[in-house]
Parts: sequence; structure tokens; C-alpha cells
Amino acid sequence: MSEFPPGLILILGALLVPLLRGHLRNAYMLALPIVGFWGLLTIPEGQHFVFQLFGYTLNPVRVDRLSLVWGYIFHIAAAISIIYAFHIRDTMQQMAALIYAGAAIGGAFAGDLISLFVYWEGTAIASVFLIWATRTEAAYRAGMRYLIIQVGSGVLLLGGAIVLLNDTGSLVFGKMELKGLGPVLIFLAFGIKAAFPLLHNWLQDAYPQATVTGTVFLSGFTTKLAIYALARGFPGIEMLVWIGATMTAFPIFYAVIENDLRRVLAYSLNNQLGFMIVGIGIGTELSINGTAAHAFSHILYKALLFMSMGAVLYRTGTIKGSELGGLYKTMPWTTGFCIVGAASISAFPLFSGFISKSLIITAAAHEGHWIVWLILLFASAGVFHHSGIKIPYFAFFQHDSGKRPDEAPMNMLVAMGVAAFLCIAIGVFPGYLYDILPYQVNFVPYTTTHVVTQLQLLLFSALAFGWLMRTGLYPPELKSTNLDFDWSYRRLLPATIKAIDRIYVPADRYIRSMFIRRVEHFIEAVFRHHGPESALARTWPTGSTVLWVAILLALYMIFYFV
Amino acid sequence: MADQQKPAEKTYWLDVKTNVDKIWYGLIGICALTVICDLFYHKHLEYAVEDFIPGMYGWYGLGGCIFLVLSAKILRKIVGRGEDYYDEEEQGDE
Repeated sequence: MSEFPPGLILILGALLVPLLRGHLRNAYMLALPIVGFWGLLTIPEGQHFVFQLFGYTLNPVRVDRLSLVWGYIFHIAAAISIIYAFHIRDTMQQMAALIYAGAAIGGAFAGDLISLFVYWEGTAIASVFLIWATRTEAAYRAGMRYLIIQVGSGVLLLGGAIVLLNDTGSLVFGKMELKGLGPVLIFLAFGIKAAFPLLHNWLQDAYPQATVTGTVFLSGFTTKLAIYALARGFPGIEMLVWIGATMTAFPIFYAVIENDLRRVLAYSLNNQLGFMIVGIGIGTELSINGTAAHAFSHILYKALLFMSMGAVLYRTGTIKGSELGGLYKTMPWTTGFCIVGAASISAFPLFSGFISKSLIITAAAHEGHWIVWLILLFASAGVFHHSGIKIPYFAFFQHDSGKRPDEAPMNMLVAMGVAAFLCIAIGVFPGYLYDILPYQVNFVPYTTTHVVTQLQLLLFSALAFGWLMRTGLYPPELKSTNLDFDWSYRRLLPATIKAIDRIYVPADRYIRSMFIRRVEHFIEAVFRHHGPESALARTWPTGSTVLWVAILLALYMIFYFV
Repeated sequence: MADQQKPAEKTYWLDVKTNVDKIWYGLIGICALTVICDLFYHKHLEYAVEDFIPGMYGWYGLGGCIFLVLSAKILRKIVGRGEDYYDEEEQGDE
């Protein structure tokens, strides 16, 4: 029992969920990731469960230091999210969440492209139920768009795998050169799931539509599986440095003006993925370590932020910045946990983001990517601005909205507490995280230079926020929809189809009417000859009719006989 | 939900305007402190620009954030639409 494919415990375990009720079900669901985590601690590195299928070798479980980082954090994220969702009485959501987490874990250990594809699609299909579980028209539509894009990514992956198999004869999922159709298709598949610029919008579209607990699950797995896949398949690809840098900077402008606070978090999630992708693109041991460490701490603080906003949504029924404010008075614990998450994502010293993001930024500076380095610093300041300050400020402080909701339920507080504890623990004792990274770490995060410069960057960003607020220059939270790239397929594409329709319909009508006129002419002509007044319509003697009937009968009989 | 509980609510520390001012001036004070810190230790840096003036990172963060917010305001003018922008169209498709 010590060797069991990671992830499969959660996927198979989900099937028994409907048989259990109440607390027993909760305890059982929490036990699954704990048992799975235990399995990871005992499973030896190497390939497991290798088998042949149609003459091809599949290795569904590859355990090494890179996959283990993701394996650990996925299990922890699953456990925390399950606690957060203890109050849920919705079998569909619970099963979907378990299968989703299990598929993501399985994907992180997939040693060949076909296994990866199976888990890849598994995450797509299971997770969409967390969006649909909101059971609104908007959620249904957003879920549909999400599903099409996610499944599309899987299809590209499968296509790439088949082309690659044709070219190289191997399905092994390892480091690839970005040359030829196969790797390009796979790169694109990863890029969609990792929310590359212009391929990103499914994220901001779908995540805010999911249920309170669903978004917490979603924030952890899909995009981070893609980050893992990129780190495994395409480390050191120069293009990724620039893609990542764009991702760190581009979404934060949207985050500043977005009113839906869960969508603000989705934009900042996108920005954090950018840091990880820069790390992959640089491709040195330091930067890959940075990506792994940042994925680890990011999953925790992002889940924590989504949990705190979920608690607000759960208690007040809204998550719009324009309708919130002053909640710290009755939700002090949630406020506190949110601030811990905000400090972590902003990379304040003693919080988790500080010890992980600095690996990537240092690597960028060290490798001479000075423009990228400047962008990353700007994005770091920006993260603090919109996630670190804006999220807690607009939800819990600003002007008093008059809302006096109860504190979040106990299970939510426990889940947030565990995540907050881990955020601080990682920040204070980075050695434990550094020990599990893929490569040996020779990096000291807490130097005077580093702490002081980071504090300057952050505190002056706070100063900017304060100054803009006090002078009234800061854009107020407005009820609005901000057009992003999804506009192209939600508006432009349908509008184009309608425009084509507008040209096509009259043309079609003209052609039809012309055709109908021809038919009418024909009918008129027939009418002239056969109508009541025509030659063929004159009354004939009965005899001739009998004759005609006889002829017809004869013809019929001849044909029948022949 | 227990939204409106008006009678004799406790006044919180942050409800007092002068306390918010205290935080503001405190923040300015701490910022100044981090700049002064720069004068008293040897920096380990990759680029010369990092030590151009004391508090270089701070000024970069300050400028960056003001740029971020002001350009986001322009962005809002370009991409901002009514809250139900997508609703009408998509409901209409039914």
C-alpha cells in the first residue's frame, strides 16, 4: 500500500463520497489528502507503474524533486480547501473538487504525455462543475467558455504529443526544444492553461463566477499545473522571460480598476504566474528553484486571499468593492487573515512571498535581464498596491458600508488560520521550503540590503496609495464591466457573425425571391395552359375520360409486369 | 442578515479622523526612516542605478504606483462599460 499512484487516492476516493453523510463525510474527505500526502513521503524517487499500451511505453508516475514540490503543495491546498468547504452540502461540488485536485496531483507526476493529457483534461472537466455549481445563468455561460478553452488546451496537447511521437518515437514528457509542430502545439497548450497574455481571459472570466468554496479550489490547481508543465518541458526558453514579464505587468492595470474583488484577485493571480514564468524562462538552478518556491507559497497565500473574500461574499452576499467597507468591525479574524495573505503576496519580509519571489528577481538581475528586472520591481510594487492594499482596504476598511455581517463560520476561520500560519512559517523559517526545492539552495533572503530595499519599495507604494486617496486622485470603485480580451469572443465574434448575417440575409432573400419569382412564372404558365379557362381544362366527354383511364391502367399494368 | 444594528454602536479607533491622520504621518515617518537607513550600510547590488540616490527603491515604487494608478484611470475610460454590458447581449441570444 506504500506505493499508490499519487492523485488516484483523491479521484477514486471521490466515488465513495455519496455513501457518507455529515461529519463522517467531512472527515473522510479530509483524510484523503492526508493519506495521499503520507504516500508521497514514502514513495521512492523514480518511475513507477510503467506499462505498455498498443506497443507504447507509458510511465504514469515519475517521482523526482520537481514533481514532489507540486505534489506536496497540491495535497496541502486540497486539505485546506476541504476544511474551508466543510459547511457545503452539495455532493456534486464535493466530488468535483476531489477529482479536480486528484487530477492536478496526477498531472504533476505524469511521466509521459498521454498520462499528462488524461489528467490535464481531468482537471478541466472536473473543475467546471465548481463554476456551474453557482447555478446562475452567468455562471453557466462562463463555465461553458471556460470548458471550451480548457478542453481546447487539452486537444492541442494531445495533437502535439501525437506529432512528437511520430517525429521521435517517444512519449516521454521531458525537456523539449521549441522547434517543430509537436513542441509548439504542446507549448501553446501549456500557455493557455498558464494564462499567457491574450490567452489569459478564461481565468478572470470564470474564477469570479465559481462558488465561494469553488474559487478557492480553482485558484490552487489549474494554472499551477501549467506552471509545472512549463518548468518540466520548456526551462530556459528565452521567450518565456518576456512572456512572463508581460504577465506580471499587464494584468495589474486591470486589477486597479476592477470592482469585483474576486476578479481583482484573479488578475493578481495572473500577475504572480508571470513571476514564475520568468523564472522558468531564465532557466538557471536559482530561477527554477524560485519558480518552485513561488508556486508553493503562492498557492497558500492566494488561497488565503480567495478564502477571505469568499467569507465576505458568503456573509454579505456581495463581493463588489463599491458595496463593501467597514467589515473589520464585525469580521476581525477574517480581516486579520486577509492582511496576512496580502502581506505574503506583497512579499513583506517575514512573509512567504518575500523568500520565494526574491529568488526569481535576484536570478533576473544576476543573468543581466535588467529591463525584465525593472518590470518585475514595478510589478512587485503594483502587486502590493492592488492586492496588498486595495483588497483589504476596500473590503474591510474605507468608508463604512453599514454592513454588519457575522464573523466567518468556524470551519472557514480554521482553514484561513492554517493557511495564514503556513504563510508566516515559510516567511520566518524559509529553510524548510528551500530544503524541498529541486536544486541545492545557496541563497540568503534576509540580508540588510534586501530587507531595506524591499521595505522601501513597499512602503513608498503605500505612500503612493495614501497620497492618491487623500488627494482624491484614486479612481473610486465603480460598478462596471471592464473590457478585456474576452470581449473578442464574447462580443466581437458574435458581432462579426451578425454582420455577416446582415449581408448574407438580404443576399439570401434576394436569391430566394428571384427563385420564387421564377417558380411563380412557371406556375402562371402552367395555369395558362391548365387553368380553368385553358385549353386543357375544357369539359371533355365522359367517354374520353374512360379512354384515358383505360390507357393509364394499361400503362400501369405493363410497367408492373415489366 | 443583521445589517442594520443602529442603537448606540461602539466607536472604533479608526472611526476617528485624527487617528487615520496619525497612520498617514506614521507611514511618512517610516518611509523617511528607510531612506535614512540607506546611508548606514554597505549595499550588495547588481546595478549601479540601485544606489543612485538614497531610497532609490522607494522612489521607484512611488513613481511606479502613481504611474500605475493614473494610467489605469485612462484605461478605465477606454475599456469601462456598464455593469450589465454582457448581460443584455447574452440574454438577447436566447
